[in-house]
Amino acid sequence: MNERIAGRVSRVNGPVLEAADITDALMTEMVFVGEERLVGEVIKLNGNRAVIQVYEDTTGIAPGDNIYGSGESLSVALGPGLMGTIYDGIQRPLENLFELSGEFIGKGLSFSALNKEREWEYTPLVREGDRVKEGQIIGTVQETPRIEHRIMVPPGLAGTVTEAAAAGTYTIDRVIAVLEPDDTPEKRELTMVQSWPIRRPRPTAERRPLSIPLVTGQRVIDTLFPLAKGGTVAIPGGFGTGKTMTQHAIAKWCDADIIVYIGCGERGNEMTDVLNEFPELIDPSTGRSLMERTILIANTSNMPVSAREASIYTGITIAEYYRDQGYHVAIMADSTSRWAEALRELSGRMEEMPAEEGFPAYLPTRIAEFYERAGYMETFCGKEGSVSIIGAVSPPGGDFSEPVTQHTRRFVRCFWGLDRQLANARHYPAIGWLDSYSEYLTDITPWWEEKVGPAWAEDRREILELLQKEVRLQQIVKLVGPDALPDSQRFVIEVCTVFKNAFLQQNAFDDIDRYSTAEKQMRMLGIILCYWRRGNEAIRKGVTIVKLRRMKVLQEIIKMKLTIPNDKPGQFDRLEAKLERSLDRLGAIYG
Amino acid sequence: MADQSELKKKLLSSREYVGVDQIEGPLVFIKNTHPVGYRELVECRDRQGNLRLGTVMDTSDDVAVVQVFSGTSGLNMPETRVSFKGEPQTLGVSKKMLGRVFNGLGQPRDGGAAPRAVKQVDVNGRPVNPVAREYPRDFIQTGISVIDGMNTLIRGQKLPIFSGNGLPHNELAAQITRQAKVRGQETDFAVVFAAMGVKHDVARYFIDSFESSGVLEKVALFLSLADDPSIERIITPRSALTLAEHLAFDEGMHVLVVMTDMANYCESLREISTLRGEIPSRKGYPGYLYSDLAELYERSGMLKGFKGSITQLPILTMPNDDISHPIPDLSGYITEGQIVFERDMHSRGLYPPVAGLPSLSRLMKDGIGEGMTREDHPHLASQLFAAYSYVKDVRNLASVIGEEELTPLDHQYLDFGEYFEKKFVNQRTNEDRSIEQTLDLGWEALSLLPAEELHRVTEEEIETYYGTVAAKTPEGGI
Ligand SMILES: Nc1ncnc2c1ncn2[C@@H]1O[C@H](COP(=O)(O)OP(=O)(O)OP(=O)(O)O)[C@@H](O)[C@H]1O
Ligand SMILES: [Mg+2]
Repeated sequence: MNERIAGRVSRVNGPVLEAADITDALMTEMVFVGEERLVGEVIKLNGNRAVIQVYEDTTGIAPGDNIYGSGESLSVALGPGLMGTIYDGIQRPLENLFELSGEFIGKGLSFSALNKEREWEYTPLVREGDRVKEGQIIGTVQETPRIEHRIMVPPGLAGTVTEAAAAGTYTIDRVIAVLEPDDTPEKRELTMVQSWPIRRPRPTAERRPLSIPLVTGQRVIDTLFPLAKGGTVAIPGGFGTGKTMTQHAIAKWCDADIIVYIGCGERGNEMTDVLNEFPELIDPSTGRSLMERTILIANTSNMPVSAREASIYTGITIAEYYRDQGYHVAIMADSTSRWAEALRELSGRMEEMPAEEGFPAYLPTRIAEFYERAGYMETFCGKEGSVSIIGAVSPPGGDFSEPVTQHTRRFVRCFWGLDRQLANARHYPAIGWLDSYSEYLTDITPWWEEKVGPAWAEDRREILELLQKEVRLQQIVKLVGPDALPDSQRFVIEVCTVFKNAFLQQNAFDDIDRYSTAEKQMRMLGIILCYWRRGNEAIRKGVTIVKLRRMKVLQEIIKMKLTIPNDKPGQFDRLEAKLERSLDRLGAIYG
Repeated sequence: MADQSELKKKLLSSREYVGVDQIEGPLVFIKNTHPVGYRELVECRDRQGNLRLGTVMDTSDDVAVVQVFSGTSGLNMPETRVSFKGEPQTLGVSKKMLGRVFNGLGQPRDGGAAPRAVKQVDVNGRPVNPVAREYPRDFIQTGISVIDGMNTLIRGQKLPIFSGNGLPHNELAAQITRQAKVRGQETDFAVVFAAMGVKHDVARYFIDSFESSGVLEKVALFLSLADDPSIERIITPRSALTLAEHLAFDEGMHVLVVMTDMANYCESLREISTLRGEIPSRKGYPGYLYSDLAELYERSGMLKGFKGSITQLPILTMPNDDISHPIPDLSGYITEGQIVFERDMHSRGLYPPVAGLPSLSRLMKDGIGEGMTREDHPHLASQLFAAYSYVKDVRNLASVIGEEELTPLDHQYLDFGEYFEKKFVNQRTNEDRSIEQTLDLGWEALSLLPAEELHRVTEEEIETYYGTVAAKTPEGGI
């Protein structure tokens, strides 16, 4: 890094500095402020003046302090060693900051994002004389027992390999290949690390249509409002309605290869919780610790606000990098509202003209740019990879008509609205079935029908229709009481109640219930629909609803989520048979 | 080099500027100074030479903007003398501060001499590194059923009381302070009390309550009362939390911080923001209200390898009892749950008037159950919530169609609701229930419902607890 004096501070207003005597600073250049060398970024240039946002607490910075330029855009380091690490918003490893400054984070600390001492077992995939192009995999290291890290030619580079390291154990800075680029004679040395500016999306070969669901193990999501791999979803909800719990649950149990979890302006203890819990949890599909596929970015609510703005981009850039290697990455941002508020605060300090509720006019553009970085791609290395974005939104007062929720809605294709009423009744996940939607349904239906069961789409439609019907019936009940309804209609309400208790509600703290495989979901839904279809028939024959409700097997159905483990689907056969028998008996009485 | 800059700092901090250029509310503007640092401590002297502390809020080539904590009334432009201390505001802390009363800045207001400080600490604190945190999981028994049973307080948690004017939040906070204990542990505890803009009698109430339970020696009070300058409220919780951090992490004590009233704190913040012409977000509050509150609330919890802890019990009155007002709303987004008061329950004579449904303790999940409280606790709590929420629906229905039209089952729910509110939630201000008593009371209430309705508890739990206790009080006794 070439350090040079790029200007001096002329005003300090919280995290925003004005700078004067700017010589040759670049837009988005990373700078260091004052003798403590606080990290900042140039966000505006105007003549010989600049505006700089500082990613650390600016206490003590005074007019006249030097600003040192780094000559580079604010970037992240990409290479082996990311996995399992917890970073702050500008990719400083928090474990190392802890060693440097103890329990409380100090200022002006710098630390390499990737461990430079650690040695990796490197397997080359190219030889001297090979022609390589951008994104091509030149070698691999086993980053964690479950993740093979694929070292790629950086984007924009192609040429001939003039030197290639043999298999061996190397640190990340060791040159593993030398390239003679096609367009310049100047040779390029490649190591296991590349850097990429966080605000620029990484290029790929081609966008592909979405067709595979991201199976999250959360029934209300997978069965009613599914997300596709490469898709985008917003989870808005007032405080305490379950955004974080839902995101944690998805991070734990979804079938992505890699998780990037961004705690953006939220609680410190929540990050600690992840740090404690994830290493202990075992991923059902690989039998390995969940931490081996997880990267955490933490800018807690008491950390500097500008780093909150950056944390989102740091996270998504890392996600794209693994996507380029051919992985399916799911990224959670909790909460994008804090990021938007950071934008608002910085914009306010720069005295920009506000649009709605003080947010800058470019808020929708920024939101759109972020969600556009999701997608299912064909990568340069000829593999398929995806980034799915799951963004929490924290609307003030829980009111979804506010700007961040509204604009986010425009750019995502799936919406899991959290309902205060449900949360208050401790119906978790509190995803409301009337407001929520998924536009990925048709894209992923073939997958479900082929892999899980042909009846999926039809069953799903039927239960949703019942839920809609129930709302209308409940309105009548509210006016005249339940007795006014005939049994056939009361049975709709009854089945919906069973469905809510037995299926939609899912306890994140229960060892069995915390996630359900696609098959288990399908079977559970099948059993509830069997109760509906045959119960309906029975009512037509004259069986009373009280009789149906009293069937002993119903208690078992309501508790099947807790009693039948994912790996014992056979037990559903038994339960279903028992239900059929009970219904047969009822039917027989009435003939 | 370091020596030189130290020397320079010393020289500059002894410089005194006479006369200021503008005074507006609590803000003082001074031009032509040496370059002063952001958030530097400022000493202002009025004509009589009285010292007032302040901090730099904005600094540029042209002007430094200083916020004066004791207010600017009585200052004039030509005679005010200002010096910049070259470092942020610090508080001298020590264990000796327990048993004493201070103003918001940490200066004694009980007539005694300032206790000798063992160290000087920046009052703004520094963010805790999440990797250094210890996840809180120790159950605190408050002896209050609706808290212990359904919104369990955990040591190191930040759990605010969302109240309204005229509701008994002070009584509840005092009761928690008196009764709170971690069972099976004799511990070194302390209470740090921060009052922002509350009336003298509120402060008096707390002091008396601490005195009568014999803990006053363990309490440090930081009082910035209703007739003190409103700007002092900005610094009051910071002073209090700075001492709390010292007690918890240097002295190994378990500290309970009571802060009241957060609404007054937020109003002072709005006042300054408006004066500075900042672009407001909702209801005129500054866009950074969330971050600012987080700077306070996040100063709680436990650290790995440290004995002590900070548990926060902030009190805030919701303007117009409106929980979606920015102050409770943003607080709820930061704290680890909330105890919400309901005026209606208060009017019905129930104490504590805790609203069953909107109240929540997020840390409860890891602090209850087998080995911590009792194995049935998690399911029991969940079941009580579910049933009580249905009660609310039934009551609504009954108000439309009349109670007579309800089904027999719905009637049972109404009975459950009554019992729950009058026997479980309701208790005396000096009643200290054990967790077992609380849980048994919960089962008594549930036993008014048919067992098939209890979806959230297990067969075994029903076997063990259902009906057993209620059987002993056959009249159901409402
Ligand atoms: N699936 C679930 N299973 C069990 N409990 C849940 C579930 N979802 C939410 N909860 C409960 O709700 C509480 C609040 O959830 P969570 O912390 O996710 O809310 P949030 O929407 O992220 O709130 P905030 O915006 O304030 O961060 C949790 O502490 C937990 O007690
Ligand atoms: Mg959350």
